[in-house]
Amino acid sequence: MTAVPEVITPPSPHRVDLLRRPKASRGFWSWFTTVDHKKIGVLYGATALVFFLIAGSEALLIRLQLAGPNGTVLTASQYNTLFTMHGTTMIFLVGMPLPVALGNYFIPLMIGARDVAFPRLNMFGYWVFLFGGLFIYSGFVLGGAPNGGWFGYTPLTSTPMSQGFLPGHGPDFWTVGLVMLGVGSVTSAINFIVTILNMRAPGMTLMRMPVFVWMMLVTAFLTAFAIPCVTAALIMVFFDRNYGTNFFQAASGGDPLLYQHLFWLFGHPEVYILILPGMGIVSEILPTFARKPLFGYAVIVFSGIAIGFLGWGVWAHHMFATGLGPVAVSAFSLATMLIAIPTGVKIFNWLGTVWGGSLRLKTPMLFALGFIAMFTIGGLSGVTHSIVPADTQQTDTYYVVAHFHYVLFGGLIFAIFGGFYYWWPKIFGRMLNERMGKLNFWMLLIGFNLTFFPMHILGLEGQPRRTYTYASGMGWDNLNLLVSIGSFVIAFGVLVFIVNIIFSTLRGEKATADPWDARTLEWSTPTPVPEYNFAEIPQVQARDDFWHRKYTEDAEGRLVRLPSGGSDSGTMGAVATLEVDEGSGGHGDTPGENGDGHGDGHGIHMPSPSYYPFVMTLGLPILGYAAVFKNPWLAIPGVLILVFGMYAWAIEPGTAEDES
Amino acid sequence: MTQATLPVPQEGHHDDHGHDTATGTTNTKLAMWVFLSSECLFFGAFIATYLLYRGRSVKGPTPRDVYNIPFTSVTSFILLMSSLTMVLALAAIQRGDHRRFRVWIIATGLFGLTFIAGQIYEFTEFYREGLSLSTNVFGSSFFVLTGIHGAHVTVGIIWLLSLWGLSMQGKLGVQHSERVEIAGLYWHFVDVVWIVIFTVVYLIPPQK
Repeated sequence: MTAVPEVITPPSPHRVDLLRRPKASRGFWSWFTTVDHKKIGVLYGATALVFFLIAGSEALLIRLQLAGPNGTVLTASQYNTLFTMHGTTMIFLVGMPLPVALGNYFIPLMIGARDVAFPRLNMFGYWVFLFGGLFIYSGFVLGGAPNGGWFGYTPLTSTPMSQGFLPGHGPDFWTVGLVMLGVGSVTSAINFIVTILNMRAPGMTLMRMPVFVWMMLVTAFLTAFAIPCVTAALIMVFFDRNYGTNFFQAASGGDPLLYQHLFWLFGHPEVYILILPGMGIVSEILPTFARKPLFGYAVIVFSGIAIGFLGWGVWAHHMFATGLGPVAVSAFSLATMLIAIPTGVKIFNWLGTVWGGSLRLKTPMLFALGFIAMFTIGGLSGVTHSIVPADTQQTDTYYVVAHFHYVLFGGLIFAIFGGFYYWWPKIFGRMLNERMGKLNFWMLLIGFNLTFFPMHILGLEGQPRRTYTYASGMGWDNLNLLVSIGSFVIAFGVLVFIVNIIFSTLRGEKATADPWDARTLEWSTPTPVPEYNFAEIPQVQARDDFWHRKYTEDAEGRLVRLPSGGSDSGTMGAVATLEVDEGSGGHGDTPGENGDGHGDGHGIHMPSPSYYPFVMTLGLPILGYAAVFKNPWLAIPGVLILVFGMYAWAIEPGTAEDES
Repeated sequence: MTQATLPVPQEGHHDDHGHDTATGTTNTKLAMWVFLSSECLFFGAFIATYLLYRGRSVKGPTPRDVYNIPFTSVTSFILLMSSLTMVLALAAIQRGDHRRFRVWIIATGLFGLTFIAGQIYEFTEFYREGLSLSTNVFGSSFFVLTGIHGAHVTVGIIWLLSLWGLSMQGKLGVQHSERVEIAGLYWHFVDVVWIVIFTVVYLIPPQK
């Protein structure tokens, strides 16, 4: 709806062209200037996958160290850095951006829009993510990578470097880098909220939106409201460390526990920021492969919203061991039990969706089913945390590590892999190999359970987390070895996925527009998806609109393919017909209308590429280094670049004018 | 001032594409509202911190020693008045009165600058009386909270002056009045935050 066709305005006499407007929509450099939500989605996904491999390698090093008692692979200090960076990377550079990648690509396609509400802001969000990630990792070579845990508890992190609590600049890189990443997350959340609320195609009412879009909407609200809490906490830590404030210095009346409250006020909604998109992805995959509508659509949507609200009232269950007092502890314990209800409702809805369906156990479906099973285990161990006496026993043991890996790896990562196998053909035009996909799934499932299930037992036996070694004779040796073997099975599963990507890119079977016979609008577009997404903005008549365009029911309630679909065996169906219509109509009406190379003669004005999101973001890491090294001279170029980028961006029109 | 009567060339259509959105609110305005609600949590965290640390300082100076309520009341009043001139500026550009728009937008910016000048004066006074970031938890939470608010006001002033500059170049026509409205939303927001800060930080009597 952004593209208003045929508005040709004379070039403004006051136009300022600070940099020549980039034009290329393909080729290497176009990836630096693109504002196309699909390309940005691919960039997010590829970058997050690289960070996933890095975080996975860090986890393997940790497991090598812990494979036997008194491990000597890592020093205590290296171990601290590795578990900090593994957690930080998985949460902020993998878990948050991967759903953003899929959301970027598919939210506009699912709601019938041509792009997101703010295409340049979208690209800005990506650059901030990339530069923020590189900034944190640059600590490895510039005076210390983060080493105070992904939660960065005070006073450990907030005590000035001179007092030697944590050597090096680690916490500085961590606080400044996370503030930077927060800026990117909030802008991308605002973009998603506005896109979903404002850019829906005619007829796409809120209660017709695919569940994935709904869950991304809830996630975006959680992100927009949770990130500022942690940003405030991080600023306080940074000031305590570098400018002598007393926020968390108990000797001056400061309260280190305040940090935990602010952090978990972000941290618990963050858990739902990570898992809700996974729930959305699974809610798309299950109906497609069960060939049934989602069971209890409205209940699933409202459960997601309820989780979003309740997620704000449970943060202190991370702090039961800190002595909050009986009233607070009871309240948070009850709230934590309460949040299991909407979550359980969702699980039963998914089971109801699968029940009685004609199941096709393709790889995406396997991952979705794996998600339900693993997430349920993780959810149940989560409920055990709401029982305060049990939680006090489990705090800081491997039981907690087991729990959150079941919800985040067994939940989010399984859903993301399912989403990759499901949507890969739409994004890249080639199928991922099904046999490798199944091997991928089973390796991950087996490796995952080998790795994380024994951790429950180790935790209950008292093995503390975040400790770089353990003595022999504690009865932990065999299980730890099993865990370490399991982690390498996971690594093998991921390797299969990488091989599958390479194989698919080189020799993969070409994908049709609708290879899974799916239900939602993104599959109504041709593959590869044209830059403008829809030649004509769809008129939505129903939930699962695309399905109802393909099928109707006969008198006995059996599915009947509509005539436009042709044969019922093919997967081309209505799509292929639609594609031909679009092609001829588009080219015939407006031959070679616009000169800027967009729309391929369809006369659709898409937002033009821009340098400025990149330019503006360049200023941020420079400012970050100025803050970490307390170097005001470095701040000057940072501010100048930032301000230049901001003004040039503001002056530059979203869509370039046609040049005569 | 003759540019005001010149027809302003439309630069693309990114200012008016929002009128056919699904909610009826333009994209930029909706985005600003979401951003401001996010900012509420940001300021909320610092205000909560200040409240938590009230009366917890182990040594002085305390709020009672340094606050100059009459002075801060005057600068607060000036900041509040800038919201009035902001409304007048928006009303002026919406009816195409560019001359008055420029007067009111400059007035808004100057009121904001006066407030910032007052804050700088206040900070230096406090520092001279022995209160710094590192003196006690009062100093830490006070300076960081009001400092971050001051930074927000400063960004607002730069924004207002940029709009004034665009208008002087004849690039801010009636059709761009939404840009002024959005800057106004931000400006009113920092004013409202100040009302909260002034009340809970300055006016609620300190515990000791």
